[in-house]
Amino acid sequence: MNAIEPRRQDRPAAGLDAGAFLARFEAGGNASDTRRRDAAEQLRAEGFPRRRTEAWKYTDLAPLAQLGLATRRVADPLRLLERVDLGGTALAATPRLVFVNGVVDDALTRLPDGMALDCQDTRERLARPESQPMAALNLMLNERTMRLHVPPGRDCGRLVVVMLGEGGPAAEAAHAHPSLALHLGEGARLSLLEVAHGSGVYVNNPLLEVSLRPRAHLTHVLLQDEGPEALHFSTVYASVAAGASYDSFTLGLGASLARHEVHATLEGEDGEVQVNGAQWLGGSQQGDLTSVIAHRAPACRSRQTVKNVLDERAHAVFQGRIEVARIAQKTDGYQMNQALLLSERAAIDSKPELEIYADDVKCSHGATVGALDEEQLFYLRSRGVPQAQARAMLVRAFLSEGLALIDDEVLRGVLEAAVERRWEREAR
Amino acid sequence: MSAVLNIEGLAAAIAGKPILRGVDLAVPPGEIHAIMGPNGSGKSTLSYVLAGREDYEVTGGRAQYGERDLLAMEPEERAAAGLFLAFQAPIELPGVNNANFLRTAVNATRRARGEAELDAVAFLKAARAACKRLSMPDDMLKREVNVGFSGGEKKRNEVLQMALLQPRFAILDETDSGLDIDALRIVAEGVNALRAPDFSALIITHHQRLLDYIVPDHVHVMSAGRIIRSGGPELARQLEAQGYAQLIAEAA
Repeated sequence: MNAIEPRRQDRPAAGLDAGAFLARFEAGGNASDTRRRDAAEQLRAEGFPRRRTEAWKYTDLAPLAQLGLATRRVADPLRLLERVDLGGTALAATPRLVFVNGVVDDALTRLPDGMALDCQDTRERLARPESQPMAALNLMLNERTMRLHVPPGRDCGRLVVVMLGEGGPAAEAAHAHPSLALHLGEGARLSLLEVAHGSGVYVNNPLLEVSLRPRAHLTHVLLQDEGPEALHFSTVYASVAAGASYDSFTLGLGASLARHEVHATLEGEDGEVQVNGAQWLGGSQQGDLTSVIAHRAPACRSRQTVKNVLDERAHAVFQGRIEVARIAQKTDGYQMNQALLLSERAAIDSKPELEIYADDVKCSHGATVGALDEEQLFYLRSRGVPQAQARAMLVRAFLSEGLALIDDEVLRGVLEAAVERRWEREAR
Repeated sequence: MSAVLNIEGLAAAIAGKPILRGVDLAVPPGEIHAIMGPNGSGKSTLSYVLAGREDYEVTGGRAQYGERDLLAMEPEERAAAGLFLAFQAPIELPGVNNANFLRTAVNATRRARGEAELDAVAFLKAARAACKRLSMPDDMLKREVNVGFSGGEKKRNEVLQMALLQPRFAILDETDSGLDIDALRIVAEGVNALRAPDFSALIITHHQRLLDYIVPDHVHVMSAGRIIRSGGPELARQLEAQGYAQLIAEAA
């Protein structure tokens, strides 16, 4: 018998040399900031993960390394903003924060009354760059972190965050690293809509850190409607205290390569997180929805329903981990990942993981992958609905069951309108 | 008088297994025909083949619908031409609102016939009126298609679709099964309301009871994929009294 060879250390930098990648940038912002320096050093030392790193097994960052990134000024941000459909008049007067290639545009931004803005970069951060290279890249390169504080007991209504990207050809791609930290005091409430849109080749790499004090409630809806040549990586860290809830939904429609990654931690009893989402991909689009939901306190609930509609050669990834610590008894967890494959060349990699250390919990998960139901199609056609329209109705129905999970009907309407626009593009 | 539906020697198989073995049937305009027969005799297969379900393979014979070759038409073309199948087991469509479904169906059919589409208001008015005639609560329109419906509600939803689509030829596949007597009467009223010189129907049933409410012009008995006996309404009563065994033995 052969002796077992000691395993060679994984050296991710060999695949995607972050040193060469990072050498293209001057250290962003204030280089004396230790956090920026730490993030940069970490990226230099470890590089971007290759696909043999478990968390990045299905999504390859090579397209990112191949871009020639450049800092780019946008001549007419208002024109870009006007292309974003914010639900017609429903959100016209809503406070908004506008990032243009990752930099806050003060002229287009209208902050809500009663919400304090604080750009001090000294507070404790939720982001864990050591576990997420794209968060590390954001920490290293963001212009500044926008910190919004909702005072205890206050309901601040809605806030819209628009992330606009504009890049040139691949050799002069723009890169954006919007950074937003939300702090909701005890019992405070906010409904947040983030919309990402743009044109040309650019990388949008937003970071959102959410801290919810006891009984605070945040609804968070992300519409990822990036331009077709864009790369989108968004990372969310949410810390949920006792009785608080983080209720999120992400809809992925755009970008050639996208990854939305959520790290939600239930820190106090009776908290709730919802990490729902849908993506509708075609062509050679790749979309990755990754999440880690950590139950670290007893009697919390987590809910996750993710729907994928995949056409042509689209490739989706779902990685959903639920961790239940020993202390987190009476955990109630539910996870469902469903994929509708409209083409024989479309594919999904689905990786649910339950890691449970408590013995009195209720956790269920499931995954389905399939084509459109032939009986349903026949039923519609037998009522006179032409085949293409019947297929469209069933795909819409599949997605609308996902969108129905969004409680805020105005925000739900924005996503429904985005889905309808996508149908119109499809029909042309 | 030329038949609206004319079937000659129709043979069909599913997954290579022959089910229909030469069906001959002609239904003239304005007539209602009933097909009875034991389980597994091919009654439902006949209805699916006529409606155009693709997993049934037609292996022989022909079916003429008016001037057209029915078997060459897509299911939606058959619907646009006025053919309607009330399903024995109506399909659930999660996420599809019943009113939207009905309006899409009505407008697809109207469009195919070169008629103007109904707007949401006009459609809802027509749908509510139809619900009222069929003693159905309006809230049936707000629910997802057949999702969470009881067996009786699903059947009534089929009759509602029929009422709105106004077919020229309706096939009712065991629409009476699982219905109580009140629901049965409602279904029958739905069919009788459509009775006209240019409306025909094929009613597939196990029981004579429905035929007390919808009196057929002709009754056919199907067995082992063929029609083995045809007669008037009295044939249904004879079957109810004597069962199929004797007829099948005679035909063999």
